[in-house]
Amino acid sequence: MQKVPTFSKGGVHPHDQKGFSSAQSIERLPMPSELLISLSQHLGAPAKALKAKGDTVMRGEKIGSASGFISADVHSPVNGTIKEIRKVTLANSINCDAFVIVPDEDQDPEPTETFDWASQDPSALLAQVKDMGIVGLGGATFPAHVKLSIPSGKHVDAFVINGVECEPYLTADYRIMLEKGEEVLIGAMIGAKIIDAKRIIIGIEMNKIDCIEHLSAIAKEKGYPIEIIGLKVKYPQGDEKQLLKATINKEIPSGKLPLDIGAVVANVGTAHALYEAIVLHKSLYERVISVTGECIAQPKNILAPIGTKMSDLLAFCGGFSSEPEKLVSGGPMMGFSFFDENTPMSKGSSGLLALQAQKKKRNTPCINCGRCVAACPIGLMPSHLYRYITNGEYEEAMQHSLMDCKECGCCSYVCPAHLPLVHGMKTGKKLGRKKK
Amino acid sequence: MNKPSLTVSASPHIHAKADTASIMWSVSLALAPATLWGIYAFGLRSLLVLGVSILGAMLSEYLLGRMSGESTLWDGSAFLTGLLVGVNMPPTIPLYIPVVASVFAIFVAKWTFGGLGANWVNPALAGRVFVFFSFTTPMSSYKLPRTIASIAPDALSSATPLSLTKTAIASGQLGLDTKALLAQGGYPATGFAQGISSLTGFSAYSVDTFLGNVGGCIGEVSALLLLVGGIYMLIRKIITWHVPLTYLGSVGLLSWVFGGLPSELGLFAGSFFPSIFSGGLMLGALFMATDYVTSPITRKGQIIFGLGCGFFTFLFRFFGSMPEAVSVSILLMNIVTPTIDRYIVPRKFGDTREYRKQLKEEKV
Ligand code: SF4
Ligand code: SF4
Repeated sequence: MQKVPTFSKGGVHPHDQKGFSSAQSIERLPMPSELLISLSQHLGAPAKALKAKGDTVMRGEKIGSASGFISADVHSPVNGTIKEIRKVTLANSINCDAFVIVPDEDQDPEPTETFDWASQDPSALLAQVKDMGIVGLGGATFPAHVKLSIPSGKHVDAFVINGVECEPYLTADYRIMLEKGEEVLIGAMIGAKIIDAKRIIIGIEMNKIDCIEHLSAIAKEKGYPIEIIGLKVKYPQGDEKQLLKATINKEIPSGKLPLDIGAVVANVGTAHALYEAIVLHKSLYERVISVTGECIAQPKNILAPIGTKMSDLLAFCGGFSSEPEKLVSGGPMMGFSFFDENTPMSKGSSGLLALQAQKKKRNTPCINCGRCVAACPIGLMPSHLYRYITNGEYEEAMQHSLMDCKECGCCSYVCPAHLPLVHGMKTGKKLGRKKK
Repeated sequence: MNKPSLTVSASPHIHAKADTASIMWSVSLALAPATLWGIYAFGLRSLLVLGVSILGAMLSEYLLGRMSGESTLWDGSAFLTGLLVGVNMPPTIPLYIPVVASVFAIFVAKWTFGGLGANWVNPALAGRVFVFFSFTTPMSSYKLPRTIASIAPDALSSATPLSLTKTAIASGQLGLDTKALLAQGGYPATGFAQGISSLTGFSAYSVDTFLGNVGGCIGEVSALLLLVGGIYMLIRKIITWHVPLTYLGSVGLLSWVFGGLPSELGLFAGSFFPSIFSGGLMLGALFMATDYVTSPITRKGQIIFGLGCGFFTFLFRFFGSMPEAVSVSILLMNIVTPTIDRYIVPRKFGDTREYRKQLKEEKV
């Protein structure tokens, strides 16, 4: 038997909890009565507002334009009117300006005309990607046109599509692969053309064997040059570093990018968005989000306009079946908990979780059990870093590679002393940077 | 409006099941079979010894907790320390000695360093070694288990196999291996062990030490039941193989290769199995050396730690006059642990051999 690949160092095996929503087909959300579209939908500088209070906007119209090298355009998901521009707080606690848009009664039909992509040259495709405001949909929301611009002198061996969805509960990517398989594959080929990649690889964990079979069947039937690799289930395999180790068996050194080892990584949702941007000329104004967790009455995978308030998503799912302890935007390992149900979803919102109370566990001092060290996929010593940070020795922590911590949560997840290790790392980074 | 009261806290929002208390109680549970055997083999008085050990440890923890305003009594660690002190006592010990050991363990070895997690040395071991050097005679008087007491000559009632062979060699009986020495000294073997011995070729003495038909401390005699507990802890992922395997393996190998030297038998004349079944080694390797707080945090460090324990144990057993080989070896390695943890760190992701080569080339 062939060994199923995965990354070798660290990692944890939380229960995948995907059963709540995995069988639910993607449903479109009925038009909300109001959208809150922030200008900071992506990693990098916020977009500049192109519209003012009282302006009418069309579906797909650009309403915010990229304001720096790492930034992305923002588009209106609806035909409607801008009621006002005001400050909002996003789930990740970022404060920024947002358009408040009231949708019209009548909406334009969804775009259906298709455009040929194979005949276009890479630079035209790249310009279109930028114009459509595509960002990474896995959660990091890195602007896609920046990622796909390969500096001269660099070349790409592998374009690796991330179909891992290693965060428990989330099933949005799973549904996209099942329901939009062909679009994902075409999107992958479009991306590969832009960056001139030699190979296209899709990595999918073995708990989604139906996706592996489905995509393989399409690729085979249509003769697409795409390799689909099944990976052993382990968190955080969806992280670029772990995914590349698992699929092409190369490690990205500290401070380097995937490109430095000849790879570019994009999420399946992003590949699907690339397809829509190029083939349908559709800008990124809606996405699939999993609304799930023990406390959601009817968990669903919802295609919702960017800017939808979490309360609208919850209402569409029948509200809470029991009182949640936490609302989380994103996955349970790296997502952000928030309390305001009027928080809007953004381009990076892969999930909305309502989690039940966990049994309260008492904190104890670190008992030096080594679980965090064994679990850290980066090879750090979380217990030691945490000690430096709580002692205020930020420089010492930085010397021990604190900055390489990617806040994946493995260390906190396993710690029997229930120490808030990740919280410590975040604080330490902030204060350590300031000191420098 | 029925608004849920929501908690906002840092990720991750889910957590593995284990916590400190459940780990500590599981270790105590793992120790239960060997402890119960000790109570059966040495009589109910052993239960009393265990009881006062645990009580001493828990009372100390309670008092210190009251004084520092923390309530740490039920995190299971004081109970475990008390239990470990108890199983490390000879069954006939005067009851004040285990109490002193437990109090020393908690007050001095644990709390003067700052409590759970901050102690340098394993509290139970420190307590045991402290009373050993304070009350050496009662601490080295043993009793034979009921399974062999009736068939043993009176003169042997307080000897352990290790002490017996040591005395024999010291008195100039050379050229005999352990088995022969014990036979000559008249150390008894159960009929069952003799049966197994004739079937398998293992010495009856090996079989008896494996099963627990020897004199010793309450919880240390049955290697078999200690192993059962160890395997339970391995399955529950409370311990990993790194410390026990390297510790037991190195003692076994060193004893096999060099163990014949004191008897002038030459190399490779020692015995592998009896050496890892006898004395407090199995108890030490599975339950004391694996203590998280006082052993290295990395797997590589744990291997070094295990080998170090093994080396010292062998050294003290064969060439020193110290019968407390296991305890003292582990304590020694406890002290080295911070140094191991300083230098043995995990390889960082991306720090591959090729990348190092590449960096070197770039520098040139
Ligand atoms: S959060 Fe940081 S320190 Fe903790 S396991 Fe992940 S990378 Fe390692
Ligand atoms: S997992 Fe927690 S208790 Fe264990 S070594 Fe790490 S920080 Fe300490």
